[in-house]
Order: sequence, then C-alpha cells, then structure tokens
Amino acid sequence: MNQTLVAENVVKKYSSHLALDKVSISVPEGCIFGLLGPNGAGKTTLIRIINQITAPDEGAVYINGEKLSGKHIAQIGYLPEERGLYKKMAVGEQALYLCQLKGMKKADAMRELKKWFEKFEIQNWWNKKVEELSKGMQQKVQFITTILHKPKLLIFDEPFSGFDPINANLLKQEILELKKNGSTIIFSTHNMSSVEEICDYIALINKSKKILEGEVNSIRREYAPDIYEVQYSGYFNKMIATLTSDYKILDVKEFEGGSKMSIELLNKEMTNNDIISRLTNFGNIESFQKALPSMNDIFIRVVSNTNSEQAQAQN
Amino acid sequence: MSKIGLIIGREYKTRVRKKSFIVMTILGPILFAALMVAPAILMRLEDDDFKNIAVIDETGLFDQYSLKNTKSINFDFVSEKYFRGSYYDLSEAKANLKDSEHYALLYIPINALSANNGSVQLFSYQQPNMGLKMHISNGIEKKAEEMKLSKKAEELEITQQEIDNILMVANTSINVITTTMNDDGTEKESSTTVAMIIGYICGFLIYMFIFMYGSMVMNGVIEEKSNRIVEVIVSSVKPFQLMLGKIIGVALVGITQFVLWVMLTLGIVTITYAVLQKDFSTADLNPQTQIMGSSLTDATDVNTDDMAKFDDIMKAMNSVNYVGLLLMFLFYFIGGYLLYAGMFAIAGSAVDNETDTQQFMLPITVPLILGIFVMLSAINNPDGSLAYWFSIIPFTSPIVMLVRIPFGVPFTDIIISMVLLVATFIAMTWLAAKIYRVGILMYGKKTNYKELWKWLKYRN
Repeated sequence: MNQTLVAENVVKKYSSHLALDKVSISVPEGCIFGLLGPNGAGKTTLIRIINQITAPDEGAVYINGEKLSGKHIAQIGYLPEERGLYKKMAVGEQALYLCQLKGMKKADAMRELKKWFEKFEIQNWWNKKVEELSKGMQQKVQFITTILHKPKLLIFDEPFSGFDPINANLLKQEILELKKNGSTIIFSTHNMSSVEEICDYIALINKSKKILEGEVNSIRREYAPDIYEVQYSGYFNKMIATLTSDYKILDVKEFEGGSKMSIELLNKEMTNNDIISRLTNFGNIESFQKALPSMNDIFIRVVSNTNSEQAQAQN
Repeated sequence: MSKIGLIIGREYKTRVRKKSFIVMTILGPILFAALMVAPAILMRLEDDDFKNIAVIDETGLFDQYSLKNTKSINFDFVSEKYFRGSYYDLSEAKANLKDSEHYALLYIPINALSANNGSVQLFSYQQPNMGLKMHISNGIEKKAEEMKLSKKAEELEITQQEIDNILMVANTSINVITTTMNDDGTEKESSTTVAMIIGYICGFLIYMFIFMYGSMVMNGVIEEKSNRIVEVIVSSVKPFQLMLGKIIGVALVGITQFVLWVMLTLGIVTITYAVLQKDFSTADLNPQTQIMGSSLTDATDVNTDDMAKFDDIMKAMNSVNYVGLLLMFLFYFIGGYLLYAGMFAIAGSAVDNETDTQQFMLPITVPLILGIFVMLSAINNPDGSLAYWFSIIPFTSPIVMLVRIPFGVPFTDIIISMVLLVATFIAMTWLAAKIYRVGILMYGKKTNYKELWKWLKYRN
C-alpha cells in the first residue's frame, strides 16, 4: 500500500525541552489515521511540522515519497485545534480568501464554495459577518474552507470540540465520505470512542516519543487480556465444576433463557477451540468472543506504563 | 508572490472599507481646512460686528481725528455730550454700560499722557479683540507723540513742518531677506518662518502617521492571534509573508489616506477662499464704506501693508521645492513607518490582547517622542549638531530630517540618513520576522524581553 505520509526520526527541540524525540510514523493512503497522546505530548508540534509551520531539527517528512516542500501546502488541508476566523469579515469573502491562499483560483473557489454552502444549506450566510454566527456555525464554515481545495491529506486537530452532537455526527459522516473519496486523514484527538469508530490506524505519542503505532483492530487484539465473553443456555453449575482449574469466572449475568459470563483464561496453553469443545458438553453456546479492550483502556495502560518505566529509569 | 498580493489586498480592502477610515478621511481635511480658513473667516466675522464705544476723556485732548471711526468701530465721546467742561462720573458710566447701546467704555484718565508709559482703561462685558485694542492704542500713542513733538518744536523754535521733515528722513524700515545659496551657485529667496512652519507640520505628520499606522499593524497582529485564525493562515503562507503583507497593506492604506487628505484639503481650501474672496469684493462696494471717507484711506493703508506681507509669504512659499519636499516626505514616512511597523508587529505577536502591549510599546514611544523634542529645538537651529545627529540616527531621522529639509540640507547628509534608514528597517524587519513567527503561535504565557530573546534564537 502507498504511504501518503512518512515521518522519519523527526526531532524538534525548543530551548528548554525536547518536543519530539525521533518520532517516525507512516500513514497509508486512503485511511483515517489517529494521532493520539496526552496534552503536551508533541502532537501539535508534529502536525505543525507536517504543515510546514515549523521545520524539524532532524529527520524528514515525505509526502507520497517526495520530501516535504512548498508545493505540498496546496495538497494539505488543516483544521487546527485553535481555530477561528476574522470576526469582522463577511463569511463568503473570507472563505474565498482562505481558499485562494491555499492556491485555488478565484473562480474555482467560488464555484466549489457555492456547492458546499448549498450542501450545508447555509447560502444565506454568505454576506453575514462571522461575528454574527454561532460558534457551531463558524466551525462549519471553517470545515468547508479546510476541505474545499480537495487536499489529498487532511489534518484535523480535535475536530469534534465545539460541535454539538448533531453537528459532530454530520462532521463524522463528512469525514467518512472524504475517506471514501480517497482522501487520507490524520486525526488528532483525546476522544477515544471516536477513534474506535472511525480510525483505521493510530499512533500514540507520549512525552515526545512514539510509543505505539499500528492498525486499530490488531492493536486492540494485541492488548486484549485473555478474557472471553460467553453467552449460553444450559447447566451452569457443571460448567463451573469442570473449568475452575483453568478459568477464573469474573462476572455472570443471568437473564431469561440463558446467562452471559466473562471468564479469564488462566491456562495460557489452551486455544479457543479447546474452550469451546469443553463448554459444549454442558450447554448450548449462543455466542463466544474474545473481549477487546477499548482504545481508552489501551491509551491509559500504555501511557501509564511508559511513564512508570521512565520514572524507574530516572531512579 | 501572489500570496503576498492576496494578503496585501485583504489588509487593504478591509481597512479602506471600515467606517472609521471613511470618517477619518472626510473629517481630516475638514479639520485641516478649518485650521487654514478659520482665521480668514474669523476676521470676516469680526469685521461685520459693529462696535460702539463710549469714551470718557478726562484729558479733553481726543476727538474724531485722533480716535478715528472705522467700518466697525465708532467712538462716542460721551463726556462731551453730558458734562462739557466737568468730569464725567466713571462709576456711573460703568454701571450704565450694560443697558446702554455701547459695546465698551474707554476711560482716558487725566494723567494718561503724562508719563512715557501711560495707560487707559477699556471696560466691556465681552473680551475685546486684538484689533480694537491695537486701534485704540495706536490712536492714543500717535496723539501723545504729536503732542510731545509739538512741545519739543516750541522749545527748539522750529515749525511742525520741519519736524515732519526730520521724521520722514529718519523713518527707516528694515526687512531681512533670507536667501539660501545652493552648491551649484544658484540662489533662492526663502523665508525662515515659512520653512519653520512647513518643517514643523511635516515632522509632526510623520510622527502621527507612524503611530497611527504602526498601531494598525499591531492591532491586526493581535486580532489574528486572538481570533486564532493565524494558525490556519500560516499553514498556507509563511509567517514572514503574512507579516510583510500586513505591513505593506497598511502602508498602502496610509498612502491612500494621505493622498486623499491632501487633495480634499486643497479642494476645500480653494473653494472656501474663492467664496470668501467673492464676499470681500461685494463688501467693498458697500455704500457704508464709501461714506466714511476718512476711514477709507486708513483701511487701504492697512490693506497694502497686509498685501505686501502676504506677497512675501507667497513668494517664500513658492520658493519651497514642493515636489522635492513631497518626495522626501513620502520617503521618510514610508521608511520610518516600515522601521517602526516591524517593532509594532513584534509587540503584537508577543501578547494575547491589547492591554498587555504596554511594556513592548516603550521602545517604540521613547525614540518617537525624543524625535518630537529634538524637532522642536531643531526648528530653531536646523544645522546644529543635535539636529544633525538625530537626523542621521534612523529611529528619529524621519521626524528630525523633515524639519531640516525646508531649510536646505547638504546632499551627503540626506544620503547617509536615507541609507541608514533603509538598512535599519531591513534589519528590523528581519528581526521582527524571527520573533513574530514564534510569537503568533504562543498563547497564554506572559511574555517578557527575555522570552523574546529566546524566540529570536529559535531555529525555524
């Protein structure tokens, strides 16, 4: 698969601290890539480097195999976390200006803007001043200006902050739509449930270092503890009696016509098939699945692990 | 390059369309024109205002010939009317003044002319104008001089005619004609007063413009920062382009405003003078003026005197090289503005809101105010070493050099000053760009000069 963006050993120093310490990521084409990390980890610095707002001290960034340069500005759409518009300027004029700065021709920008304004049903905002719009309305305008020049690579920094649930959902649909149309999206957030929903890949940055990168599902499987969820109907007591040595039963929920239990595997040698074949003797298994951890759990676990490792190393 | 063009266009358009810009552009010339036309209008208004002045003359020496009536002043010798031969009661006259038809009461005490520095009193409910006071003192002084002269003539046993002859011979009037010589041998009549006024106006305008448009740059930077739009913009253009576009855009706004001001002011002044002139000429045909035979000659005397002075001023004003001055003004305005705009941009990028700019304004205001002070002293001594050095130092040269130029400045001085100014503003823009690009992305931290120094050393 083509890599839309590759960052190699990127280092960025500020006078008193290291913002990025040899960070490498690679973002495959046509995916949604989640850039995760606690506050101050270095996400925004990395994003600014990709946007050429600042330059790395060491390392390099490549877009479609080419070293980052001025011509790539037009191929990137960036919605920063700290966002805003000129308050005194009219909406349409301002959108036109921002698109032209991205290198669009005035006539093209005008035509595309009209299309998007119709799509969002906001044509009557064109001559309004930005300060007359609500915050959510401003965000919509800003979103349009970010994607209007049809960038191959889109970077959204905390895109859902400031949106109400309805508009956040609208935005999510638009992001998925963009992905379908072939855009690659880098998406920085703290909102882990949105990561599970829409990201294909993630990279986790903590204290200037990348500590995790990969496909979301494989990461979740990798970090899954040996816990299984079984829904069944049958002889519960006998089941327990045969399994106690190899399992720990964590939780049992009974309901009409059956029960659901979580079991932790103690005997690491056992395969899924072994478990199922044992269970089938005593009851009717309706579903069996490995419990996957939420991204939130993984995030907290990995970050606190690395933090305590560092603390130990310092001691 | 086209991106800088877009930024310049936006900065220019949004500012020029602002209500405050339009109001200032229209009000400015009206104010300037008012300053220029007001004296003429005031004179005209005063002329129209007829003043009847009661005179109590205890000396009995004054009459219609020594205190002459004019178009607007009439002397009413009340002491003769009511108490011929005896003293008129001053306190009673003062008490009656309010209800009488008299504008003022002139009291000439018996000993008014006995000493060399005599005095008379003028009582009125309104402050009498300069012209009336001059007219009265002139009349009384002339009478006193005549009396002294005729007394002396009696002592020396010569006739009044002879005295007049002597006076005529002794009468001297010296006019200092200042002529500046150029290196190429040509000479030009000039007027120090005119040079002073022009220099002062130019210097002050530059000071005002640097402040006005410099603050516009600073507020623009703060606006972008506090609106949080700056990060969106710098993902499309380089911070340096954004800063330069803003500085150039505002400069164009300044030039537009200046050109409009000059044109509108000239227009208003020309029209007002034309209207006034028409008024004056019709007033001259007024029959009232012709009836007052004696006062007419007096009035023409004054007019020719004034006309001569006016001619002198016009001649001196024509001697000023306006095209050269205007070019110099534009150069120093743009150069000075560019130099300070960089500093204003630093101040704007270092803070989150306008209230925090105070500490960074100090290095901007101190040299500018210093420039104004040096300018005030340089006006009296435009070739002194103080004026020389401050017209060379780039931070004050835009103000101080403009004061020196109307007096004539050696070519080398101007070249040195200009080269230094250009070099400094390039250095300042470079410095500002380095600090600006870090500052615009910094939020929430209270910045100080140490912090700015650190930003300066950041690599890209």
